[in-house]
Amino acid sequence: MDDERWDLFTEDHVAFRDSVRQFIQKEVAPHIEEWERAHDFPRDLYVRFGELGLLGLKYEETYGGTGPDYIADAIVNEELAQCGAGGVAAGIGGHKDLGSLYIYRFGTEEQRQRWLVPSIRGEVIGALGVTEPGTGSDVANIQTKAARDGDHFVLSGQKAFITNGSKADYVVVAARTGGEGYGGISLIVVEKDTPGFTTNRMRTVGWWTSHTAELFFDDCRVPVQNLLGPENEGFVCIMKNFQWERLVMALAGVAAAQKTLETAIAYAKDREAFGRPVAKFQVWRHRFADLETEIAAARALTYHALRKLAAGEDALREVSMAKWLATELDWKVADEAVQVHGGYGYMMEFGVQRAWRDARLGPIGGGTTEIMKEIIAKTYGL
Amino acid sequence: METSIRSSIFTPEHETLRASVRAFVERELAPHAEEWETAGDFPDWVFTKLGDAGYIGLAYPEEVGGQGGDYISTLVLKEEMARCGSGGVGMAVAVQSDMATPPILKFGTDAQIDEYLRPAIKGTKIACLGITEPGAGSDVANIQTLAVRDGGDWVINGRKTFITNGVRAHFCTLVARTNKPAGHHGFSLFLVPTDTPGWTVTKRLDKLGMHSSDTGEIAIDDLRLPGDALLGVEGEGFAQIMWELQGERLVGVAGSIAGSQLLFERCLQYAKDRHAFGKPIGKNQAISHRLATMATEIEAARQMIYEAAWRFGNGEYPVKEISMAKLYGGIVASRVANEAMQIFGGAAYTMDLPIQRAWRDSRLIRIGGGTDEVMREVISKLMGL
Repeated sequence: MDDERWDLFTEDHVAFRDSVRQFIQKEVAPHIEEWERAHDFPRDLYVRFGELGLLGLKYEETYGGTGPDYIADAIVNEELAQCGAGGVAAGIGGHKDLGSLYIYRFGTEEQRQRWLVPSIRGEVIGALGVTEPGTGSDVANIQTKAARDGDHFVLSGQKAFITNGSKADYVVVAARTGGEGYGGISLIVVEKDTPGFTTNRMRTVGWWTSHTAELFFDDCRVPVQNLLGPENEGFVCIMKNFQWERLVMALAGVAAAQKTLETAIAYAKDREAFGRPVAKFQVWRHRFADLETEIAAARALTYHALRKLAAGEDALREVSMAKWLATELDWKVADEAVQVHGGYGYMMEFGVQRAWRDARLGPIGGGTTEIMKEIIAKTYGL
Repeated sequence: METSIRSSIFTPEHETLRASVRAFVERELAPHAEEWETAGDFPDWVFTKLGDAGYIGLAYPEEVGGQGGDYISTLVLKEEMARCGSGGVGMAVAVQSDMATPPILKFGTDAQIDEYLRPAIKGTKIACLGITEPGAGSDVANIQTLAVRDGGDWVINGRKTFITNGVRAHFCTLVARTNKPAGHHGFSLFLVPTDTPGWTVTKRLDKLGMHSSDTGEIAIDDLRLPGDALLGVEGEGFAQIMWELQGERLVGVAGSIAGSQLLFERCLQYAKDRHAFGKPIGKNQAISHRLATMATEIEAARQMIYEAAWRFGNGEYPVKEISMAKLYGGIVASRVANEAMQIFGGAAYTMDLPIQRAWRDSRLIRIGGGTDEVMREVISKLMGL
């Protein structure tokens, strides 16, 4: 029993967090304004993350990883969420927690060597393509087809809202290889320059620096060796990975909310009205206390879910709970932060509008709040 | 060596304890809940039976008659007491185990421990805590009850109100002013036997909820105590009672959220059993999503409480975290109870079902032990605002 702990973070983790924070504040945060204007961030950032070992925390040394340590990986997501731009966190996360994680979890040794190893170095970028124009959380209804033709799959169909879609070197695509419903879906890795595969970057309300794209497959031929995991079992794979994806969104939601609240408080202390700082008015002191409290609640719940996942337990209910509570809260905090900034909050030169736009995705992406509540209700037999 | 994560704050030993406390509560207490609620009282044997079982002294050291358990074990008691079905019983016992008596262990002399703490742990002496006055609630620094030295004695005058166990208590852990102009250093704690001349229970207060618990209004007139009735250091009562309040808030909200969990489970069952328009009402998203929201908020509150308890039990003094847990947990408990009223519909509004009792009982946590507004003041001050 002595080698078990309830505290999530060891002393090593605390030191690790410090070093990640320093890196983010020194090498990421100062470029945010410039990257936002460019609606992009450099590919070199992936390489830099790779050099620092931040893309391989979930994996063994064999693949160039620095883990497995899911708690340390969670720390990276928390710190990244505080860099000041949701798009950077999304771009790194779409690679680290979606594309490359799928290769590790469901790939063969050969597939891991081919895509995971360079992914961990940040030299190739991965993405996950599940959502379609007509199918979001309703994954079982996917329409993109992958017909077998000799030793190839021929893909035809369309994906939407794919993070890193127009930037990725490979996309893990969910396509229908079998009959209707959840039992006919497979995962297939499609590389960037495959003939018949094109992308169209979408304009988004927030997350400006990340690439969100539509993917088009028009008689796109992919070798059968690119099948990831067992044929027709893609649905199960997607459901398994949803837990980590959603937990990461909860972690990011809490961390971003905390950062936004700090920004709001700093402004309220600085800004004077009626002869005293706005932060000295009881209505704002109490509102800040409420937000701080709700952040602590969301964090406690999220850490509970993380503990369960890290302990190898089923955490479907807890992850679903944390995902909606944390992302809704991030959005609420951002809205309050705009409010305390008054007119300046509405101006594009202040970062708080970006927090507001970026945070709005949380309750939508990775399964909406409504879907989370459906899942929670189902776990109670409703 | 890399340590592995344990997902629950409770060890297998805690779970064994939980099973026995639960069996005790269901066997000895729950069957009487209706009777005690109607009577507006419960018998003193509840304290002695709990004392005999060792439950009042779970986290007290064996040297003073306790079980020598950790702080988490007292949390188990608070959670399981919610199953007795009467909020007032849990509150009365919490006052006995976690509010009026911890200052005796922490600040008391051996003689005071023998005289008050040991019998309190056995349940043979019932304790109350005398802080609140008609004009001073959370504003503890405004307490007017005055204790003055007279030779080697203390003579005390004042009024106390909203005192849980105040009618039946054998002794009171009392806060009084001992030095008028000294601000926060002008208060001291006293241990007062309630049969001392000058101690009068002037009223048994009628309350919205917590019916089984007695709440007293006390008049203290020229009450004379020997010098050794002082608990701890003269003039340090304010700091001592602020410390006590942290434990009080934590166990208070832990009990409330345990009650919310039970209420949620009742709602869930009802949503599956009750049919309307040809299907169980729980098949409506209007109900199922509401239940999902309740469950989420209860879990968040519970995990917050566990984190604060973990730190408090490890000897930290996490005032901000406890205040936040009480604020959030109190609001959740109150909201869950109100949602339960809605889910049960007309049936909830009748006195035949205990839903209304949970609704009434749960309302207190946002007031007692420091209101929501006082919590926000504490939290914002600790945020540097």
